[in-house]
Amino acid sequence: MARTPGRERPNWVAGVTSLVWLAIVVIPIYWIVITSFKTQNNYYATNPLAPPTEPSLDAYRLVVESDFPLYFLNSLIVTLGAVIPAVAVSFMAAYAIVRSGRTRFLRSANWLFLTGLAVPHQATVIPVYLIIIRLNLYDSLLGLILPSIAFAIPLSVLILTNFIRDVPKELFESMRMDGATEWGTLWRLAFPLTRPAVVTVTIYNALTIWNGFMLPLILTQSPDKRTLPLALWSFQGQYSINVPAVLASVVLTTLPILVLYVVGRRQLLSGLTAGFGK
Amino acid sequence: MSAPPRHGSSLGWLAVPALLLFGGFGVVPLVGVLVLSFTSWDGLGDIHFAGFESWRAVLADPGLPHALWVTFLVMAVSWLVQTPASILLGVFLAGKQRYRAVLSVVYFVPLLLSSAAIAITYKALLDPNFGLGAGLGLEFLAQDWLGEPALAFSVVIFVVSWQFIPFHSLIYQGGARQIPRSMYEAAELDGAGRIRKFFSITLPQLKYTIVTSSTLMVVGSLTFFDLIFVLTAGGPGDATRVLALDMYKRGFQANLMGPASVIAIILVLFGLALALVLRRAAGGTGSDSRMEGA
Repeated sequence: MARTPGRERPNWVAGVTSLVWLAIVVIPIYWIVITSFKTQNNYYATNPLAPPTEPSLDAYRLVVESDFPLYFLNSLIVTLGAVIPAVAVSFMAAYAIVRSGRTRFLRSANWLFLTGLAVPHQATVIPVYLIIIRLNLYDSLLGLILPSIAFAIPLSVLILTNFIRDVPKELFESMRMDGATEWGTLWRLAFPLTRPAVVTVTIYNALTIWNGFMLPLILTQSPDKRTLPLALWSFQGQYSINVPAVLASVVLTTLPILVLYVVGRRQLLSGLTAGFGK
Repeated sequence: MSAPPRHGSSLGWLAVPALLLFGGFGVVPLVGVLVLSFTSWDGLGDIHFAGFESWRAVLADPGLPHALWVTFLVMAVSWLVQTPASILLGVFLAGKQRYRAVLSVVYFVPLLLSSAAIAITYKALLDPNFGLGAGLGLEFLAQDWLGEPALAFSVVIFVVSWQFIPFHSLIYQGGARQIPRSMYEAAELDGAGRIRKFFSITLPQLKYTIVTSSTLMVVGSLTFFDLIFVLTAGGPGDATRVLALDMYKRGFQANLMGPASVIAIILVLFGLALALVLRRAAGGTGSDSRMEGA
């Protein structure tokens, strides 16, 4: 351990806690991965924590040859279809709140979004279900997209507001001097300057919507409208004995999010710490 | 938008799309759930006004105090488990050493998995014959984890912590990084040890972070629907039947949307009350200035 000024002795309590936690996090993940490469027979024959004696892609083949690619596509459509509009409208609202938040209208809007944070979304699913039925959107991907956007807005506005506030006032001033419209200032000044926050909010929302379970459970019915988490749940019923196949689908479901995490990790972690740590 | 307004006074229109979407699928349903609680509806047919019928039925149902109690227990116990662990990990990760940055990347991974995936994984991992217990050869790990009420409850708490401690330690990491170094240096000059410094500087300085994290944790605990639905489905019996699950079962399995809406309102009131209590506990000022974004 490198010595830092002011810290003479290593911190054993924190060190041990961090190692114990590392084990708790890593063991289940390790188990998911190794098990997904076992055959069904191998799963029952080998020690659960030992790597497969003969690694096999049987489980993955079974999953990919099922309707999994369709569910994957559904999840992709819902996630992109919800995250992009959600971030765009939240950014516009956050910009307005920061730039002219003293007007009564925007003050109330801000209050509404902040209050929305304290309301558990799941408590509103029954009327959401009714609205979606009445809009003739039941059992459609658009019916999943609309409420997902709405649920993403409050937290996105909060985080984006915190970041747009940090843009120096003089920059807005000089844009105004150059004759830029507010619309132009929003996209050409505020948006690029708060990119880390935008990335954070985008990844966070993508994660939440990609992993969402209750809306698809309630708002869809046909197997061909399933998104991945719902499909996982029904896989589990279908292949309850084929644990490697179930875990292979867990791996495949998480892979896109893992890629997103690897790409945007730095910004996501610093964005979240700054967004909440105030 | 011809002449740029002096104080941007006409920027309200920029918030309109967000307001419409959040209004339509966030605020209207909140009012709607109150209205629906005074109706009878099976989820398919017509909606009829039913007065206080659903309220009477739910409030007289012994299932309600039970669901409230389970919800409260999950909230309280998961807070007690997660908070100290998240503070310790967060403060530890706030250190500048390189290996701590690497650790925080690994720590964050559980947050990437969906609740459904996590629940499915733990169900298989806790299998007495082919799971972790058999793998490590440890007798006490090979139990019927999801078949015994008390065990199933502890499994829920453990899995919840596994999923959310990463997120909260991240919040504490951010909070701990904002504590001025000079405070520690001053304390060191006075000869304060590590434990002393933790309790007299770190913890008090993290006060508002604790409020933020606890609010998210406690309000979030009301929505552990997916995880519990897939992991135990509320069982065994109704040992893990939290309010959100109770609402779902009444509404979408028993087709009683009226009573389910009553439960939903109780859930909302529960959440708002908790958020208020926590804000008051913090002395108000901190979260107010946070809300104003000062």
